[in-house]
This record gives sequence, C-alpha cells and structure tokens, in this order.
Amino acid sequence: MALFSIKNIRISGVAACVPKHEESNYDYNWISETERKMLVKTIGIEKRRIASEKTTTADMCYEAAVKLLEELNWNKNDIEALVFVSQSPDYFLPASSVLLQDRLKLPKTTLAFDVNLGCSGYAYGLSVISGLMSSTGLKKGLLLAGDKSTSSLNPKDKSSYPLFGDAGTATAIEYDTYSSKMDFNLQSDGSGHQAIIIPHGGMRNPVTEESYQEEEIEKGIVRHKRNLALDGLEVFNFSLREVAPNIKKLYEYNSTSNDDYDYFLFHQANLLMNESIRKKLKIEPEKVLYTLKNFGNTSSASIPLTMVSEINTQLKTEPLSLLLCGFGVGLSWGSVALKTNKIACPQIIEI
Amino acid sequence: MDINNFIKELEEEFEEVEANSLKPETSFRDLPEWSSMHALIVIALVDIQYDVLLTGNDLRSCETISDLFTLIKKKR
Repeated sequence: MALFSIKNIRISGVAACVPKHEESNYDYNWISETERKMLVKTIGIEKRRIASEKTTTADMCYEAAVKLLEELNWNKNDIEALVFVSQSPDYFLPASSVLLQDRLKLPKTTLAFDVNLGCSGYAYGLSVISGLMSSTGLKKGLLLAGDKSTSSLNPKDKSSYPLFGDAGTATAIEYDTYSSKMDFNLQSDGSGHQAIIIPHGGMRNPVTEESYQEEEIEKGIVRHKRNLALDGLEVFNFSLREVAPNIKKLYEYNSTSNDDYDYFLFHQANLLMNESIRKKLKIEPEKVLYTLKNFGNTSSASIPLTMVSEINTQLKTEPLSLLLCGFGVGLSWGSVALKTNKIACPQIIEI
Repeated sequence: MDINNFIKELEEEFEEVEANSLKPETSFRDLPEWSSMHALIVIALVDIQYDVLLTGNDLRSCETISDLFTLIKKKR
C-alpha cells in the first residue's frame, strides 16, 4: 500500500495564475436555459477561465513561479529541483520542466522532469518532489502544476465543455529538519482509463483523418477523437467509491480524524460530487473549501489554486493543518495530510 | 426500506418535480425534467441514503422507479 510519510520537508509558499478571459456557463447556449440552470446548480460551476490560443500551461506556471520566487526572495542559484505536473505540455518532447528551468533562469545544476498526471497530480507531485528532496537532502525545489484543459474540449460536448478551466500554479518546497512530516496515501486503477481520455494523438492511436471526424455520441454530446471524452457517471461512481475510503485509511495510518484539520482541499470536480464525499466523511461544511464556482475544474492546479484563492490570509498568518485530496483521470487518486506555517502566498495572478 | 419513502426522497432532490407526481411505475428517464444531472443526483442520493453505489450501467438497466428500488434492495 502506498501509505507513507515524508520527513524534513515543508511548503514555503504557493502561487497561482489564471487567464484573464472568463466564460460564464449561463452563456453556454449549446444547451437550453433549463438545462443550463440545472447544470450550474448541480455541478456548482458558474465561470471558467480560458487561456488564449498562444498561452500554455507552462506560461501560467512560469508567471506563478516568478511571482512566488520574488515574494520568497529566493536566490535562484539555490534551486536544485523543478518538477512540472501536467497533461498539457508545450511539446511532446522535450519535457516542459526543462524549458522552464531555462526560462526561469535557474542554474544548470537544477534537476528537472515532468510528471504526467491530471486531477490527482498535486498530491502525487508533492510526494515526488518531497520524497526526492527528503532522501537526498536537496535544499530548495519548485513544484509547478497545472493544465490548459480547455484546448482539448469540444464546445458541442455538454458533458465536458462546461466543467473545465485553465490554471497554472507554483509551490515552493524546502528541506527543513524542524518541519512536521507529511502523510500520503496514493492509489491508481488503470482499469478505469476509458472514463476520462483523449483517445487519439498518442502512440496507441496516432492521429489520422478519422481523429478529427466529429461524432454525435448522444444529444448535446458531439466530439472527435482528439477531444477529451469524459464519462460523467463512471467518474462520479469512482469518486464516491474511492475517495472517502482513501482518506479514512490515511486517518488510520496517521492516527488523525476530521478534527485534526483546519481545512480540507479536495480536487474541484463538481459540487454534487464533492459535497457527497464531504457528507460521507461527515466533515463540517465550513472546513471544505471551493473555487468551483469561479474557476471550474482546473485539473492538477485545483488544490493550490483553492489555497491561494480561499485561505490566502490564513496561510500567510497562521500555522495550518490541511488535508488535500486529488482524484480523477487515470484513474488516479491520493490524499496528503500536511502542516503549513506562515507561508508565502501572493494573490492570484491574471495573464 | 419503503418505496414510498424512496419516492419522497427523489421528489425532494428533483426540485422541479411536484410532490406526489412520481409513482413506482414512472419511467424516470421519460420525465420531461430528466437530464444527465438527474442521474448524478440519483447516484448521490442512493449512495448517501442506502449505502449502495450505482453504476452508469445499473441506471441504464432500470426503466421505472420500482426497477431502481428493486436493484437497490438487491445490492444492499
């Protein structure tokens, strides 16, 4: 079981960047007004940020990282690790993390690599960079996480288009022997890989003419094979089945309960899903934070974006005990229990 | 477990549906208000109230509210 603790690592700061351009689901004319109202009420997403054609995930993460480094006043030459978590890289190859090393003017002594995960990516990314730094003693690192999910959506697909927004984030990680441990419970189930998939464009199904032929799956759902296809019912079923037991296992492992956490940051999937998970775990509503309404589902950026947006002041001024949990595409899911102590947290950046 | 109670719970969740308008023999997918959102609402309701997790296929295999209720009883 991937239940483990990482010692001597702390989060020193977190920043988030979103595109300026905003779309409202109330203006989503592909579906009827009744359906729109029902959709917004059920999934809780009113507005989403859409990156321009030229803006990439790496661009948003870059802006977040620049701001965060400025705020922390870190010497760039001290940064030894950079991990970029995304499923929308700049290129098939090379890895965007390596390009970001150069763009951020980090030294050539920085190690850099990408992690290909979506909704669970923040929890996984934290474990990867923290585990690496903890075991090697590397002093300073950057975890960049985000996605430009909107570029693979078909506006004629009501099952995916109104759900996603774009965002990029940066998290500063430091080696610190005085820090509290972080506890992780990470899981995967590839048998559910069809539930969220872009079927064509990789090596399994290379792009052909057929890849771009639109198909009507059912009323209101039109897409081609290079678009993201999301089986809402299966993802819903998976999340209700797996998320609460994962967190309960983590509680058993680290001997904690709901009362030990100030805030719960769940991946921002949809309101009905997240609220059902909250009810299953019997967590008080005021401890569970949301940015769904204004930003939608921002993939691996959703947890840090929610931190920056919803508990900015608290993160800067108080020690906090947090429970983070990401779940989705893969299928892949995981939770992290961690403590922060007055970290850098600049306001959301817009580009 | 009582089907009338289940119907009442459904009517409460489906805000647009009038009270006492659903019957055991109602084909829920044929309701004018029915949308994919209602499928999610049913799955969430059944999970929280009856501790039964319905799949997309489960839902698709049911025609009426009574079918759904029978399936929930069987899966419990």
